Amino acid sequence: MPFFESVALALNTIRVQKLKSFFTLLGVMIGVMFLIAVVSIVQGMSNYVENDFAAKIIGVNTFTFRRRPNFNPNTTDDQWREFQRRPRIYAADAELVRSVLPTGNKAAIVNQNFLYASSKLSRPRQVQAIATEAAYFDIKKLVVESGRAFSAQEVGAGAKVIVIGTDVADHLFNGLDPLGREVRIGGMPYTVIGVLEKQGSVFGFSLDRQAIVPWTTPVSRLIQPKGDLQSMIVQGSSREEMQDGIENAREVMRGSRHLAPGRPDNFALETEDSALAFFDGLKRQMIVFGTALPAIGLVVGAMVIMNIMLVAVAERTREIGIRKALGARRIDILSQFLIEASTLSVVGAGIGIALGLLAAKIVSWLTPLPAAVAPWSILMALVLGAGVGIVAGVYPASRAARLDPIAALRQE
Amino acid sequence: MSPQTDDVALSTTAERKVVVQSAGAQPDKDWVIVTRGLKREYDMGGEIVRALQGVDLAIRKNEYVAIMGPSGSGKSTLMNLIGCLDTPNGGEYWLSGQLVSTMKDDELARVRNKEIGFVFQTFNLLPRATALHNVELPLVYAGVGSAERKERAMEALTKVQLGDRAMHRPNELSGGQRQRVAIARALVNRPAILLADEPTGNLDSTTSEEIMRVFETLANTGQTVIMVTHEPDIAAHARRVVVLRDGKIASDERNQKVTSSLGL
Repeated sequence: MPFFESVALALNTIRVQKLKSFFTLLGVMIGVMFLIAVVSIVQGMSNYVENDFAAKIIGVNTFTFRRRPNFNPNTTDDQWREFQRRPRIYAADAELVRSVLPTGNKAAIVNQNFLYASSKLSRPRQVQAIATEAAYFDIKKLVVESGRAFSAQEVGAGAKVIVIGTDVADHLFNGLDPLGREVRIGGMPYTVIGVLEKQGSVFGFSLDRQAIVPWTTPVSRLIQPKGDLQSMIVQGSSREEMQDGIENAREVMRGSRHLAPGRPDNFALETEDSALAFFDGLKRQMIVFGTALPAIGLVVGAMVIMNIMLVAVAERTREIGIRKALGARRIDILSQFLIEASTLSVVGAGIGIALGLLAAKIVSWLTPLPAAVAPWSILMALVLGAGVGIVAGVYPASRAARLDPIAALRQE
Repeated sequence: MSPQTDDVALSTTAERKVVVQSAGAQPDKDWVIVTRGLKREYDMGGEIVRALQGVDLAIRKNEYVAIMGPSGSGKSTLMNLIGCLDTPNGGEYWLSGQLVSTMKDDELARVRNKEIGFVFQTFNLLPRATALHNVELPLVYAGVGSAERKERAMEALTKVQLGDRAMHRPNELSGGQRQRVAIARALVNRPAILLADEPTGNLDSTTSEEIMRVFETLANTGQTVIMVTHEPDIAAHARRVVVLRDGKIASDERNQKVTSSLGL
């Protein structure tokens, strides 16, 4: 059967009837567009999470000692109750863990929450308040651009000093040198001793809105009113050393809590792997929801194409009669209309791909969501497009193929 | 015009009788069309209409036959059956030695493609395709490759003096030119019979004469031509005239007696 003839005929139909074709292809176009955009954004996000986010937020070769896991999607009520029953972590526990870490491991107690920061020069602004130790700057690779970080001595003494991010500095001091000035965190006065280098943002969450203070100062009490600790982060110099650290920490904590063998840990030792696993789950959900919407578009698109093809069969009954009289078999007519329907829908998918790529680009310009085009999604969109055309074309095409040549020829 | 009756290309009544009577037997290759007791009935909402009530017709290679009859005589039904567009309810139909009357849809399509060249009253060209492409169509369905298709279609168009109009669409051609494109299309696959249904019905008399001259030339070069018409002066071009009445053959004679048999 003349494949290219059918394709050319379909393309000609599109050229002659631009507006009608546009509406015909709208469904497939929108479906494919969303599909490509969603897949690109999800793909971009997961690239970002794997390459950037895990290292930036969590740190390389780092584990966190916590009461309960931070990245734990779909917690059941039972799990949640179990978390609530766990003993809290106090400074003594942290020191116990610190004492068994292999040499070369760095550890820092971290209590963090969103609190309001204010100065005499500006209105209060919410910042990420981090109450920690001196090693925190080292573990997180934070660079102090002006001034200095606080020292272990200042942490020990509970000095009310603070290191702020550039956003915080700009907002609170509006161009003035913040060093030596007073910042109030949750109403508590601190003296600025350093400003961090600009870091940018992750998922629209600015890393420059930090305010870092020694964990021995009153902010810790605001964050953890019961006097316990939120977490301690530990960085090994290698992955193996981190694993050693985790095992040592587990051993000493289980001993200290008198956990019999076979009973689960009642504390959490979390690595970036659990964060990545969490994002994998998130990614899967996003893909499922992100493709459900385009799927509706494709179904609507298929219906519109089916409708248009039925009209085309009715309009071209005489042509079908002529073709049959000249020797076209059923399969010839069937494939002609199937090819025509798929051509229409592949063209729609093509436009949809272009628009989807554009949409992904625009989203990554306008929002912090990164976008990366997955080559398989383009291929899938084209295959889907052709598939939609074939599915939508089957009924009209089989009607055309079954037409009686005499009746078809008689049609005006 | 006085018909050039070529006795070699015209079967005699006696010869036909022999062929038609041996029911079930495959006719000699020379006989392009043989129908024996061909019947076709339509069910028009409970009422049975007997369009054809046993037609015995034999047409030999190279004959130029007109099928005539008033409306309702069954000539369109007969044409559809001869053209393999329809299947009979009874009787046999042999086309080029093949028993067509029992064939299925797709087999009929193949027979139409190989054995029959249609020329319609309303030309039935594809309006969006060029003359060349229209002529190519039967070759497309015969599975001929693109290059050979173009060449043969061009050849057929040149034969009907339309080589220079190959790239024109039907709406850029006159009625006579359109019908000549249709003739080129009918002949391009070298069919056993050229089957024309009121080929001049939509044409003025000058153009009709022009088309009839094309048919004449074809008949003289050995093409079997069957023409269905109700116009006596068109039928007068044929060498043999079959007159149908009430679904039966009323007469089957050489063309001199056309007018008298119709009572005109």
